[in-house]
Amino acid sequence: MNKDDSKPTLTARRAFLGKLGGAATCAGAAVGVAALGVIPAIAAKPEGAPAGAAASGASFPTKDYDWSKHQWGFGVDATKCIGCLRCVEACKKENSVPQNAHQFRTWVERYVHIEGDPEVHIDSQQDPVNIAASGSEKEFRFANRYKDAKVEKAFFVPKLCNQCSHPACVQVCPTGATFRTEDGVVLIDSTYCIGCRYCVQACPYGARYFDEDRGVADKCNWCYHRVTKGLNPACVEVCPVGARVFGDQKDKQSPISLFIRNNRVQVLRPETGNAPNVFYVGIDKEVN
Amino acid sequence: MESIIQFAPYTGWVYPNETVFEWSVLIAVYPYLTGLVAGAFTVSSLYQVFGFERLKPVAHMALLTSLSFMFFVPVPLLMHLGHPERAFNSTITPHLSSAMAMFGFFASFYVALLLLEGWFAYRPFIVQQAQARTGLLGRFYRLLTLGSYDVSERAMGYDKKWIFALAVIGIPAAHGLHGYVGFMYGSLKSREWWSSDLMPVIFLFSAIISGVSLLSVLYVVSCKLRKIPVDLACLKGLAYTIWSFIMVALVLEALEFANIVYKGREGVDMIMQYVTGPLLWPYFILQFAVGAITPLLWLSYMIWRGTTGRALVVGVTVCACLVLFSVFMMRWNVVIGGQEISKTGKGLLSYKLHLFGKEGGLVAALLTMAPLGLLYILTRLFPPWTDHVTDAPT
Repeated sequence: MNKDDSKPTLTARRAFLGKLGGAATCAGAAVGVAALGVIPAIAAKPEGAPAGAAASGASFPTKDYDWSKHQWGFGVDATKCIGCLRCVEACKKENSVPQNAHQFRTWVERYVHIEGDPEVHIDSQQDPVNIAASGSEKEFRFANRYKDAKVEKAFFVPKLCNQCSHPACVQVCPTGATFRTEDGVVLIDSTYCIGCRYCVQACPYGARYFDEDRGVADKCNWCYHRVTKGLNPACVEVCPVGARVFGDQKDKQSPISLFIRNNRVQVLRPETGNAPNVFYVGIDKEVN
Repeated sequence: MESIIQFAPYTGWVYPNETVFEWSVLIAVYPYLTGLVAGAFTVSSLYQVFGFERLKPVAHMALLTSLSFMFFVPVPLLMHLGHPERAFNSTITPHLSSAMAMFGFFASFYVALLLLEGWFAYRPFIVQQAQARTGLLGRFYRLLTLGSYDVSERAMGYDKKWIFALAVIGIPAAHGLHGYVGFMYGSLKSREWWSSDLMPVIFLFSAIISGVSLLSVLYVVSCKLRKIPVDLACLKGLAYTIWSFIMVALVLEALEFANIVYKGREGVDMIMQYVTGPLLWPYFILQFAVGAITPLLWLSYMIWRGTTGRALVVGVTVCACLVLFSVFMMRWNVVIGGQEISKTGKGLLSYKLHLFGKEGGLVAALLTMAPLGLLYILTRLFPPWTDHVTDAPT
């Protein structure tokens, strides 16, 4: 084959590659525009939300509910908590959390200082000793394991998802299945979650778990199905001592607004930059 | 009904939800495979871009190796997903702030690049086979020509420019790909063991040494199987490459560990308890002493003494195997080790590797070996050997 013979082929191939490059650029641009514009809107669509409902402030997820008019907040008064674990059981029932001692949307931690021991003793309801005391993985009790020790200081700390303003779980989610609503709750679209568990790893608070049966990540959403109907989260509802406080931060007279205003509150792990929205009173230096 | 999730035993204080290990051995296999892809591509680039002529005997095998392993990279991830059928959600509607979603695009781009470079590199061979063969195989090669049968000198010159350009682009693409894997761990602030700026670079250098080591072993094995003498200059070139990069990898890992200890942030006591306890063997003995320092010293000795012949072949092959083992241990110690240290900084968990099951040791081992099967098929279809003139893509 001489050089002249190869010329048309070369020219044709150059033209083809040129067109291919052009097409790739166009396709890339189209994908880029779609990704920047349309897709986040789809990804951020909450479960069951009719298209455009949120934007118009109409009726998601309940009629007459406008998420732009609320900013939910949660308070925990650790000085009041008695460690009865009604909240944990109520949460499991209300939200169909797997009935085992390893997956929780909310849990309670017990901190015990014993005289002469520099180490703080921490456990939660999932501890085998506590499970043995309750005799079931469906009902929870704190075992009276320190009855013979000289306890200097002891307290309980309820934990739950912090619904962070800058949530690491939302940042890492590859599909946008987990997202933050305008009223300040981090939700999971279980119909869109691929079950990669990156969010579970990213949460510094251990608030997420993976639901094997449904193949998706799960966590506390402050009972979003209840609060958008004007009800309290199940854990707040059942707490016998008022250790859990919930309300709308936009309403200056709501329980949470008063809780934040009348107390010196703190959040967990502020150094992460996640900006949590669960506010604590009465926790000690070991709590994180 | 028996529970399908495995609960991990623990000591100290761990968050209740942490008692289930979410990332199994498959997630350790995944960066291992990606690393081998990037490392194998390094060898190809050293020849194609930087003109390391002595690596010519393995240059095309490097491309095929990279492609074979890349094909299997998504498999452990897909097997791990709760909803693998939704996997493309992360590509169709990517969440732009997610490292994992962006990784999909990096990986896709790299696969396209690899296929294109492979096509250019093998075009003369494909054309020759398309013209010579009949039947199904002939049809296969004719399809692969994409209608271009021009193998004139001028066309070859043109192809060469493309190969060079693709190899140049491939360097940041392959290494960016693996750096990104490191970023996926290093960018998480939830775990002190992962949260490090050095993580992407550490992953990158360990990837390079693993890929080059894999090629060393594959090259020696292929020579033995084909009953031809090992090109010692080529093997020495590979040994030099491992030797130089393993030092960087070791220094980076040491710096990373020193940083954690020296900064001594919250939870460092638990990390120290972990590395001197459960991690002593996997980390200090297996990953460092056996897998990294031993080959480094052995290779140094061989370079210093000018070892050649059978001793060189045996020495480099054993060292390469040790490095391959070390890098797997590194992936294990990062992925599993990271989860064994509780986010609370006050407790340790213990991962139990099951032999059977979807995410068991057997599946992990099969997945690690599977690319070798594909590589065998590819070498039959596209012989990478330079000793047969007719088979020799240049």
